[in-house]
Amino acid sequence: MSSKIGFANEEAAVMELSRMYRQFGFKHFKMSKFEEYDLYAQNKDFLLGSSVITFTDTNGSLMALKPDVTLSIVKGSNDAFTEPEKVYYSENVYRVDKGTHRFKEIMQLGLECIGEVGAYETSEVILLAKKSLDAVCCRNILDISHMGFLLGLIEDENLSDKHRARLIECIRSKNTLEMEKLCASYGIGYETACALKTLTGIYGSFEKCVDELRAISRNETTDSAVAELESVYSFLKSCGCADGVNLDFSIVSDINYYNGVIFHGFIDGVPNAVLSGGRYDNLMRKFGKRSGAVGFAVYLDQLERMMRSDEPYDVDVLLLYSSDEQLPTLAQTVMSLTQQGKSVRAQRYDAGSVKYRTLMKINGTEVETVETND
Amino acid sequence: MKQMINVALPKGRLGEKVLDIFEKAGYSCPAIHEQNRKLIFENEETGVRYFWVKPSDVSIYVERGAADIGVAGKDILLEYAPDVYELFDLDIGKCRMAVAACKGFRDNTERTLRVATKFPNIAQTFYAKKGRDIDIIKLNGSIEIAPVLRMSDVIVDIVETGTTLRENDLEPIETIVPISARLISNKVSYKFKNKEITALERRIETFCRTRN
Repeated sequence: MSSKIGFANEEAAVMELSRMYRQFGFKHFKMSKFEEYDLYAQNKDFLLGSSVITFTDTNGSLMALKPDVTLSIVKGSNDAFTEPEKVYYSENVYRVDKGTHRFKEIMQLGLECIGEVGAYETSEVILLAKKSLDAVCCRNILDISHMGFLLGLIEDENLSDKHRARLIECIRSKNTLEMEKLCASYGIGYETACALKTLTGIYGSFEKCVDELRAISRNETTDSAVAELESVYSFLKSCGCADGVNLDFSIVSDINYYNGVIFHGFIDGVPNAVLSGGRYDNLMRKFGKRSGAVGFAVYLDQLERMMRSDEPYDVDVLLLYSSDEQLPTLAQTVMSLTQQGKSVRAQRYDAGSVKYRTLMKINGTEVETVETND
Repeated sequence: MKQMINVALPKGRLGEKVLDIFEKAGYSCPAIHEQNRKLIFENEETGVRYFWVKPSDVSIYVERGAADIGVAGKDILLEYAPDVYELFDLDIGKCRMAVAACKGFRDNTERTLRVATKFPNIAQTFYAKKGRDIDIIKLNGSIEIAPVLRMSDVIVDIVETGTTLRENDLEPIETIVPISARLISNKVSYKFKNKEITALERRIETFCRTRN
């Protein structure tokens, strides 16, 4: 039922995607494994409250194994406006698994564009996000949203942080009913309440939904958000990458870090987002930097289950032999099979643990095929 | 190509009601009424595949995408906070999450309050708002017995009619939140099977509206 992934394994995915990012002028950024713990203590929300593995360095300072790469890149970026920094990374990060509540190692691949971020930079990053999904699997969806639109809608309402968070939670779970109730209890005006309700329900292809969005746009902030989304979409369209690009406001990210366009990528058959990113100027401000930033990360661990499931055999040929005297025949057979592009495993006995396509056996100096499973 | 929708139904009385609504709204499945030991029932014509799971597991099946949609009580959604879409209030299985105690209970605020419950997160959040120090005793059933045996001061549990409470000389003292059954959807299924799921959502909604 679910579609195939375009890569045999994680390494192949990293290689292929890295090649693509290099083609668009992004430089590989090799990171150090450790980071000072302080960085994460100050930006706990960015990591969604996730724990960090810490240890004491030889000089006594508290260090951490990286749970995330973006923070380190932002911290180290120079705030120059001469030219944007375009980097991609593939690093292991350490996070707590939601299910087991234990730490696990995750391969994270991503890219960031930091500096003067304009329409082209944003669109290019989103194009690369879409192309990454296309490379992984043809049945994919890239949902895009704009933080400015939601915030613009409620900018005139006098809402506390807590109330705002609850409204965002409703949008995130597409809970229209609860949204109605909250608007009533927070005293939000009729027009804004209707707009919020519509926003909660919007889902579908960009072209279908953008009119709905325009209809509920109410001020300059929301108008400019719509215009930005439209410019990104027309860019994707002109690159022939607009299939499966949907508008969805339920992908809300933390407003303390993200502003502007945000996006999540999905693959049919994987129950979580496999890619997420957006414009994060607010994070830059937290580090006292004035320039803009946009980027995304691909969660390769989410794809693992789908990558390796379709291979029914461990080896093409299981080759059995009985004594060391058969070594010359054995060598010859192994060489000739591998040259044919087959995988061979030679051993003395078949204990039944290896799944093979063909079973071969060396009798004396003769090679015979015992069994074929195709 | 029409895609099948996998539906996780909560085992028990609520699930029977939910199945009834789904079938009347146009998603019938004759196979599910046959007497056998099958676990999964499908009807290709209407495009649904049903399966029964433990009510508290519905949100897990949906969150992990084994089920595209499911029906779960708001209590389960509040307790486990699964990352799913909450699409519609079916307005059945109505009850409330409440604090109950032995009749004549006096809350002694000098002490840590001992709370027995199946819903530790809901209880924790509720008392944290009040700033009350509590000790949670997580139980898996027969919660009512805890205050009777003086293991806990109060319980936090679902109250439907209050009969079980009365029979054990307990009474509800505070309502935490009203509960009803909700239609939930996996976030990714909602995107890839959008046509099918929104059609189902609409038909269920229309059916529920006209019924009332």
